[in-house]
Amino acid sequence: MNEKQIRGLIEDVRGGKLARRDFMVKLVSLGVTAPMAGHLLLNAGIAQAQTPSTYKPTKRGGGGALKVLWWQGATLLNPHFATGTKDQDGSRIFYEPLASWDKDGNLVANLAAEIPSATNGGLSKDGKSVIWKLKRGVTWHDGKPFTSADVVFNWEYASDPATSAVTIGSYKEMKVEAIDSHTVKITFNKVTPFWATPFVGVQGMLIPKHLFEAYKGAKSREAPNNLKPVGTGPYKFTDFTPGDMVRGAINTTYHQANKPFFDSIEMKGGGDAVSAARAVLQTGEYDFAWNLQVEDEILVKLEAGGKGKVVIIPSGDIEFIQCNFTDPAVEVDGERSSIKTKHPILTDPAVRQALSLLVDRASIQQFIYGRAGVGTADFINNPPRYRSTANKPEFNIDKAMGILEAAGWKKGGDGVREKGGKKLKLLYQTSVNQPRQKTQAIVKQACQKAGIDIELKAVTGAVFFSSDVANPDTYTKLYSDLQMFTTTMNAPDPEIFMNQYCSWEFATKANKWQGRNATRWSNPEYDKAFRAAEGELDPVKRAALFIKMNDMVVQDHAVIPVVSRPRARGANLKLRYSESGWDSDFWALQDWYREA
Amino acid sequence: MTLSGTYILRRVLIALPSLLGISVVLFTVLALAPGDPFGDIVSNPNIPAEVAANLRKKFGMDDPVMVRYFRWLLAMLQGDWGFSFASRIDVDTLILQRLPTTLLVVGSSQILALLIALPVGVYAATRPYSLFDQIANTLTFVGFSLPTFFTGLMLILVFSIQLDWLPFVYRADITSTGWHFYWDHLKQTIMPVTVLALFQAASWTRYVRSAALDVVKLDYVTTARSKGLKESVVVLKHVVRNAMIPVVTLVALQVPAIFGGAIVTEQIFRVPGIGSLLISAILANDTPVIMAVTFVFSCLVIFFNLLADILYAWLDPRIALS
Amino acid sequence: MTASSNSVRAELVEASSSATDPSTGSEPRPGEGRGRTGESDSAARAKPISLAQDIWRRFKRHRLALVGMVILLIIVIGVIIGPWLWTVPINEIDFGARLKPPSLKHPFGTDDLGQDLLARMLYGGRISMAVGLAAMFIAIVVGTIIGAVAGMSRGFIDTALMWLTDLFLSLPQLPLLLLIIYLFRDSLKKIVGPEVGVFVMVVIVIGGFRWMPVARLVRAQFLSLREKEFVEAARALGASRTRQVVRHILPNALGPVIVAGTIDVAAAIIAESTLSFLGLGFPPDIPTWGRMLFDAKDYLDIAPYWALFPGMLIFLTVLSINYIGDGLRDALDPRRVLG
Repeated sequence: MNEKQIRGLIEDVRGGKLARRDFMVKLVSLGVTAPMAGHLLLNAGIAQAQTPSTYKPTKRGGGGALKVLWWQGATLLNPHFATGTKDQDGSRIFYEPLASWDKDGNLVANLAAEIPSATNGGLSKDGKSVIWKLKRGVTWHDGKPFTSADVVFNWEYASDPATSAVTIGSYKEMKVEAIDSHTVKITFNKVTPFWATPFVGVQGMLIPKHLFEAYKGAKSREAPNNLKPVGTGPYKFTDFTPGDMVRGAINTTYHQANKPFFDSIEMKGGGDAVSAARAVLQTGEYDFAWNLQVEDEILVKLEAGGKGKVVIIPSGDIEFIQCNFTDPAVEVDGERSSIKTKHPILTDPAVRQALSLLVDRASIQQFIYGRAGVGTADFINNPPRYRSTANKPEFNIDKAMGILEAAGWKKGGDGVREKGGKKLKLLYQTSVNQPRQKTQAIVKQACQKAGIDIELKAVTGAVFFSSDVANPDTYTKLYSDLQMFTTTMNAPDPEIFMNQYCSWEFATKANKWQGRNATRWSNPEYDKAFRAAEGELDPVKRAALFIKMNDMVVQDHAVIPVVSRPRARGANLKLRYSESGWDSDFWALQDWYREA
Repeated sequence: MTLSGTYILRRVLIALPSLLGISVVLFTVLALAPGDPFGDIVSNPNIPAEVAANLRKKFGMDDPVMVRYFRWLLAMLQGDWGFSFASRIDVDTLILQRLPTTLLVVGSSQILALLIALPVGVYAATRPYSLFDQIANTLTFVGFSLPTFFTGLMLILVFSIQLDWLPFVYRADITSTGWHFYWDHLKQTIMPVTVLALFQAASWTRYVRSAALDVVKLDYVTTARSKGLKESVVVLKHVVRNAMIPVVTLVALQVPAIFGGAIVTEQIFRVPGIGSLLISAILANDTPVIMAVTFVFSCLVIFFNLLADILYAWLDPRIALS
Repeated sequence: MTASSNSVRAELVEASSSATDPSTGSEPRPGEGRGRTGESDSAARAKPISLAQDIWRRFKRHRLALVGMVILLIIVIGVIIGPWLWTVPINEIDFGARLKPPSLKHPFGTDDLGQDLLARMLYGGRISMAVGLAAMFIAIVVGTIIGAVAGMSRGFIDTALMWLTDLFLSLPQLPLLLLIIYLFRDSLKKIVGPEVGVFVMVVIVIGGFRWMPVARLVRAQFLSLREKEFVEAARALGASRTRQVVRHILPNALGPVIVAGTIDVAAAIIAESTLSFLGLGFPPDIPTWGRMLFDAKDYLDIAPYWALFPGMLIFLTVLSINYIGDGLRDALDPRRVLG
């Protein structure tokens, strides 16, 4: 899809011919994040859809305890140090950002009085500054007022390299100043078409200046409030055992009327996904469970317990197979898969094309992931009118064999194809995870039938996803021929993800394998498109460039998408809440309530 | 042999360099083992690479292993256990938070196991190949053929899901008061304790039975019997006392585990014990936590094995320890 | 003490290598015992029988040991020749036959990918049995040797060996395993090939982490036994140190070793499945018993037979090995009377 077509779609939305929702779905399926898609509409002056409030309770409190289960417990409660979603979610109970992303990629104000836009004067014409108006009358849990000084402080705190905040990336290329007690202005160092990163979403939670001021920079670890959050959120901190339990009690002075509904919240950590599902779906011991990475078959059985249901939330995460373009068997200057080598088999496009035909997405979806994995996730497949027939997700062993045959890969005596003395044998690695091992088995069987011999390997996640320089099994090293994992798209701006196919991002020994490009696939045109997108001011043109880049990778079969992975959560049948695939699960915790 | 004070003192003095040696090995293994506490940070494209580099520098992780070891040792000698990379709080706080739960759950399971294993094992040994013995045997084999992840799940399916009697999510901080507090604690403790106790009792019963059987056939027991001593006296005085040597060994081997927790069972029932702390620290490569837990664990191993040696001499005065 | 004369006599008889059963008192079948004694005496006179023959004859008397042997043989033969008789492929995915209970077509049922469980059990049994037995063997051999040496020697050697035991007991296994994988996997694969390499490593790792209780138990037994009258008697009669250990102390110290052995087989079969989660074990598509049990656990209320068969086979293996162990101890121990 090109720029013109995107503009056409935007006009369709403006004219009411295309539902806002459908626009989002289409762009997301093309590899753009929902927040970015929402941004396109926002910048085109199309007002955000006002999601009507479904919150029914007419008074604050009285709802009893809200019990939620995270099978990885939060380990710390300072949002600027939160390394995983577990920490972000734990912090989000107490802390709030200026605005959050809803499931359609709309910005919803929390501590902001309104969302900046061109019409309300919040966005400057040159794309270099944003003005946020803060909500008045908000107090921290200890009674101190929330003002623009707090917002400015968060920027100072996070952008100070000595603090070592993990949120530094959202705050470093800018200046933040207070215009008055409830107005702040962000001035970006360069033109920033996607302005909603600082103070927004999981990276944007705000901590109080008066408690953290003394602990900015090198002393950040010593702040007593790292463990005892004092925020503005719907619940006040009660107690915290790292890795086990986070508890909060109702904030009776919360800044939204009649909220929250529950008197207390407890977020229990630990255990495994299946038993978490049991506790919510089968026994109702808990109200909500995070990340049910469980075979759908089991979930369906557990839902029969009648206590809860599985909630599927669309997100941009995609389970995919990466092909190695370098040779993992040859060692050059102490590194395998060196960019100086060429993969003897996978550089043949016919093999990659055949492999993509041998992934039985329909069965993988139906029998393994079920609702939590949509097999038609080939990026280019949606929307229908732009469908490229060449990339239809297809499972066809005969066709794959035909392609291999035509490319000169002939079956040998043992049923394994070979060409020029090279056997068609591939090592296929992934992390240890039941659905992944089953997917491996399904792919292996189809490959076997087509004459490709696949050796499987599973590496424990703690090693596979680590950045350990000494370990040969990390995914960035890619010392195998194929590997499979989920690439997550939870940052609102896709630029950060798209760099993983740029030639300067090759993971090599020289950069301690911290480069993002593990496949070592490269294409000068892709590099050019990425550079162009970086400096592109027009968000529509920028989105079109990202879509084009995505197409290049998939059409060349450098990666083989398997299933898209919406988020799966378990919720009590009576629990009412609103989910978002682009923000923390607790992005609208204040609205959670239980129906009588 | 006389169990002299000097002997014990000497053993304790030997234990100190042993511990030091073990700490060197532990530290080296952890330093060399693959993994990086900041893996999440490095692989997250939102976070610039210098954050991890900064943290590494701040936490002194780029220094040579020996330097880090001596720094750790010096701090440890001053009572500073270091702080967790993952939670950024002091390790001793983390451990103390979880110690009571571990002691309660794992400790009571070990006591229960011993209470089952001792009588069953001895009784089975005095009537070898009787019906009682055969049934006890079969049950013990079932006990250790099935891993705890399996028995735990079976209990959950029966008692939590079918019967709905017991909760299967353990909560360390129960909010109810009065007798409800104890009742709730008891209810949630039953399953994890049972799983652990049965698994442990299964193997201990085998050991006790075998040890008692070894003693039963020894000549002095026969003699005691032939002297016309009452069977119960024979059993208690001669058989049990002599069979205690392997039992003491086993218990001494197991006591440190009461501190170390039970990783699998804690995981199944979400018991916030030291075992789950250790495993999440290992998965997150949180070296200070792993080091602290394993080091305390090794102190306990050494101490209880020393205690076992002393008990041997007390149980069987002919054992000469020198 | 009256017992000592008895004991000395026993040792004297035994020392003259006629290998009779000298026990008195609680012999359950005195008639048979006497008959045997006579027989063995005459046999000894006719031609000296070897120790092995003698042990086998004593072993045969232990009925449960024979039963255990038969069960174990059936399992071993089953997993060795079974895959030739039951030729259904282990990884044939058939979505039409998912989670089917046992039937004629699939005698053990199918798993959630429709793979035949009998075929998988037979194939995986080879690995599980081999790993279980080999790892158990390593654990008890290493443990017995270290325990025996420590128990017989005093002073420095004892202290050093017990230090080693304590060290192994304190090592955190998970980081160490990851370290071992990363240090040795590739080099081992190069030396002995991928399959054997993985096998050797799995066995060494499991065995290498399970010998410590055995060592401690054996040492404790040795400390106690070496001061017992019959050993003193043998010592007084000039029996060499090796002979004291092999003929007098060790047979009496075997009880805990055999128990440890049976427990270790079960533990090793299950530990193997844990290892493959660390990427140290066999490739993920190899169905070992421990792994199948683990995979089946989440389906326990949907497809109970899936867990039943591997659980049952582990149990039977453990049971038979234990009985064989009991029989072996009785056969090795000249003083043993029961059974």
